[in-house]
Amino acid sequence: MDFKLSDQQKMIQTVFRKFAEKEVEPIAAEIDESCEFPAENVRKMAEAEMMGIPFPQEYGGAGADTLSYIIGVEELSYRCATHGVILSAHVSLGAHPIYKYGTEEQIEKYLVPLAKGENLGAFGLTEPNAGTDAASQNTTAELDGDEYILNGNKIFITNAGVADTFIIMAMTDKSKGTRGISAFIVEKNTPGFTVGKKEDKMGINASDTRELIFQDCRIPKENLLGKEGMGFKIAMATLDGGRIGIAAQALGIAQRALDETVKYVKEREQFGRPIGKFQGLQWYIAEMATKVESARNLVYKAALTKDAGEPFSTEAAMAKLKASETAMDVTTKAVQIFGGYGYMKDYPMERLMRDAKITEIYEGTSEVQKMVIAGSLLR
Amino acid sequence: MLIIKDTCVGCSICVEKCPYDALRMEDGVAVVNMDKCTLCSACVKVCPVDAIEIEQNESKTAVDISEYSGVWVLAEQRNNELLNVSLELVSEGRKLADELNEELTAVVLGSDLSIAGKELVAQGADKVYIVEDEELLQYRTAPYTKVVAELINKCKPEIVLLGATHNGRDLGPRVSARINTGLTADCTKLAIDKERKILLQTRPAFGGNLMATIICPDHRPQMSTVRPGVMTKEEADYDRTGKIEYLDADINADDLGSKVTKEGVILKFSPEFGDEDLLTEIIQIVKEAQHSVNLEQADIIVSGGRGVGDPEGFSVIENLAEVLNGEVGASRAVVDEGWIDKEHQVGQTGKTVKPKLYIACGISGAIQHRAGMNNSDIIIAINTDREASIFDICDYGIVGDLHKIVPMLTEAFDQVLGEE
Amino acid sequence: MKIIVCIKQVPDTNEVKIDQDKGTLIREGVPSIINPEDKNGIEAAVSLKEEFGGEVIVISMGPSQAKVALKEALAMGADEAILLSDRAFAGSDTWATAYTISQAIKKIGDYDLIFCGRQAIDGDTAQVGPQIAENLGLNQLTYVSKIELEGNKVKARRELEQGYSELETKLPVLVTVLESINKPRYASIKGIVNAHTTQEVQVWTADDFKVDKNKLGLDASPTQVHETFIPRHEKKGEILEGSYEDIVDNLIKKLRSENVV
Repeated sequence: MDFKLSDQQKMIQTVFRKFAEKEVEPIAAEIDESCEFPAENVRKMAEAEMMGIPFPQEYGGAGADTLSYIIGVEELSYRCATHGVILSAHVSLGAHPIYKYGTEEQIEKYLVPLAKGENLGAFGLTEPNAGTDAASQNTTAELDGDEYILNGNKIFITNAGVADTFIIMAMTDKSKGTRGISAFIVEKNTPGFTVGKKEDKMGINASDTRELIFQDCRIPKENLLGKEGMGFKIAMATLDGGRIGIAAQALGIAQRALDETVKYVKEREQFGRPIGKFQGLQWYIAEMATKVESARNLVYKAALTKDAGEPFSTEAAMAKLKASETAMDVTTKAVQIFGGYGYMKDYPMERLMRDAKITEIYEGTSEVQKMVIAGSLLR
Repeated sequence: MLIIKDTCVGCSICVEKCPYDALRMEDGVAVVNMDKCTLCSACVKVCPVDAIEIEQNESKTAVDISEYSGVWVLAEQRNNELLNVSLELVSEGRKLADELNEELTAVVLGSDLSIAGKELVAQGADKVYIVEDEELLQYRTAPYTKVVAELINKCKPEIVLLGATHNGRDLGPRVSARINTGLTADCTKLAIDKERKILLQTRPAFGGNLMATIICPDHRPQMSTVRPGVMTKEEADYDRTGKIEYLDADINADDLGSKVTKEGVILKFSPEFGDEDLLTEIIQIVKEAQHSVNLEQADIIVSGGRGVGDPEGFSVIENLAEVLNGEVGASRAVVDEGWIDKEHQVGQTGKTVKPKLYIACGISGAIQHRAGMNNSDIIIAINTDREASIFDICDYGIVGDLHKIVPMLTEAFDQVLGEE
Repeated sequence: MKIIVCIKQVPDTNEVKIDQDKGTLIREGVPSIINPEDKNGIEAAVSLKEEFGGEVIVISMGPSQAKVALKEALAMGADEAILLSDRAFAGSDTWATAYTISQAIKKIGDYDLIFCGRQAIDGDTAQVGPQIAENLGLNQLTYVSKIELEGNKVKARRELEQGYSELETKLPVLVTVLESINKPRYASIKGIVNAHTTQEVQVWTADDFKVDKNKLGLDASPTQVHETFIPRHEKKGEILEGSYEDIVDNLIKKLRSENVV
């Protein structure tokens, strides 16, 4: 069992690290304040062919492995959690379902531009009445001749205001319950499809989160993804992959908080010495570091398991559960250690803590992750 | 490269000293990773028990060094005016020549150099070779290399110095490659090894983190480009006498032109220039100078770094500089940010300065910056960070807010100096 | 169009720190990178290739770990990468390095343009580029911050200490570039994958191209390292205490008495 990154993975990590340092870091605090979507950086990421890492080169992707992509999300999130989720939602939620379930035509038409970064992707499952109870879909899709008519709304959708294509879950047959949900590819600006106002959030402020509204929105029946009734399966499988992305995001946030804390306790002096000399703080740091390292192992293992072609839902759920808890835990502790400075916006600590919280909630709350894990053990 | 295991006592000093991370301890003795070792020999010198050997055999291209004598300075001109670095080098060359008991010759190429010739003699040259031609006014690699290489081959000087200017660093390696000798770049110190009578050339490497002393034992001439602003330019003595010789350069292949000299002997020396020698047509030389920033000659420099905060913050720096009749300097960080033009940059990749007074405001003192100013006579540091490394090299330090202190200094100096 | 780029893998000396107490370099955690100005050379070459078509060949002399740098160059868009690696090259000064690389370039042959970074951040000499040009009998343009091609003509802007000069010459030519010439692209992820899978770095030893063994390595280097040391600082100054008013007063007195102002 080799815990080392391959040369290829190391180089990808270095490129992301440099990109994050030079392009992301300078604007991270600013966009947190202004809530402005970092469109210029997303364009630069597309230029560096970072938007389709795990997809085959013939489809416009980079042809690399999942772990390389996950490391990319981690490195971006280290500097700015928003950048991390933009990439993760785009690749894992917006593009991956098309890769896995799409027809050749759909792949050509929709996946290729996404993989190349020419288009941005998003994914709509959550509704006002369907959060953890994701199957309780109220959005409907009615077949009418050559078209499906979509009615309903989705909330809290990442990349909503900037995405070009959306994977939308909708009920095609209410009588069949979970088996009556289908997945569709919807293009932005389709008549009948509008996005709501940008949500004002606690963290990941520059991430464009909005409501999606469908009012007699007609889409070609060719835009059905997979078969009717496959929607829930597609959604769950997609979230499995997305979970690893979010876990990587949480990991990046946690690592940043840890690194900043280590630097700080060496410099900050109280009672005539650096506070890092006090055992109490040393213990905090030891605990923080061990948690981050343990989370990292779970995240990387989940990615490797996926690439090995093996079932990875449980691993992904464990990774997401652990990494997000770790992020919340470590960032909260970090703010505490920074004291008053941790609470001030001059330092990034309070932003890290605000950004960390969402990782315990979206793409399946921690409670959902536990359901998944227990479910797999108690089958 | 060999580590004598039996002699090694495992002190691991060599491991720490290696700039390339090529040494490690294994089973109590030092072991080298030849993949990383560049044979720089830093370890050889520091080993307390002489357990490391680097064998160097005599080069197969070595020359008979006894044929070479004399110290040369290749002086550089812009618009026929000598650059200060050239005069600094003549002073330095004078010291070396005196130590070796040899002659100091200055060589200058340009189009109208009578004044330059006199200045070089006054500065300390025993002899001056002047090569004049319209085509030599502006520096171009091909004609300059041809003239200089031919001259060196003919006259066989032992040492050749030139300023490490952009042109000097363009010409130096070209000439040294043509005449098959060693060149050491950007020297900050020159000395003669008493025993071997060879030139010890000390210069910064590793971005200024390491100093290396280089020698060129088996090839001649020993060539160095020397960093401007480091050597001391002595007072010129216009009573000095020396021989100025005009060597002709004629562009057209056929003519061997000659010119009457101002003093001394007419020597016919005609490098032949064909078009291929010129090779490069100069379209335009643009001297960018709103107010030419002359940091290298400034007596007083007030310099700003990140602590200044923003481009507007530089006005307090400028005000103080103005009151003191000094120049404004800057760290690389703020130049990169675009707060101030790169002409003001002081440091390893900027200008090297030696003012009487250097006031560093909001500058942390990273080594790359220090490399450009640590030879200042008096250094004053103003920084809010008590731990900033600039305080390690200053004469007087103020831990405080430059935005308050600098204006106060400006006002106080204004008052005091205004009274004079 | 065939463009050759000479690159060097160097420790990131901007990150190297000095342990003043021990008088040693702190090299831990300092990564090896493509020399920054060489990266500008790669970018210049790849941009020209994108504009005019052709191929970009990257070459480096170094130990086997320099393959990583060459792979990065491939990932940035170079078409071929060659590493000159042999015990015999070890200890080369700039003269021997330039000789070795020139001989390899002669073997590649038929080139239009050679890019080098102006200088490497470990050696800091800026000599290898011009010395390669001399060995190949090529004209050189150094300190270049802007370059344009018009058929067989090269127009370049050469930075001077104060100002610049604009020059014109014909291909083939060797150009050394400054960081200001362009912003090197990030290696694309697809490029990185290909550099590690479908593309290969060729490794040439001293037997793979024509070299005079008497001109290689430490023994052939005219310059030698006599010694190295860490620059030390003697000054440890006086931190002025008191209110800002007192400090200013105090400082002015000191400077006046020492006749500095």
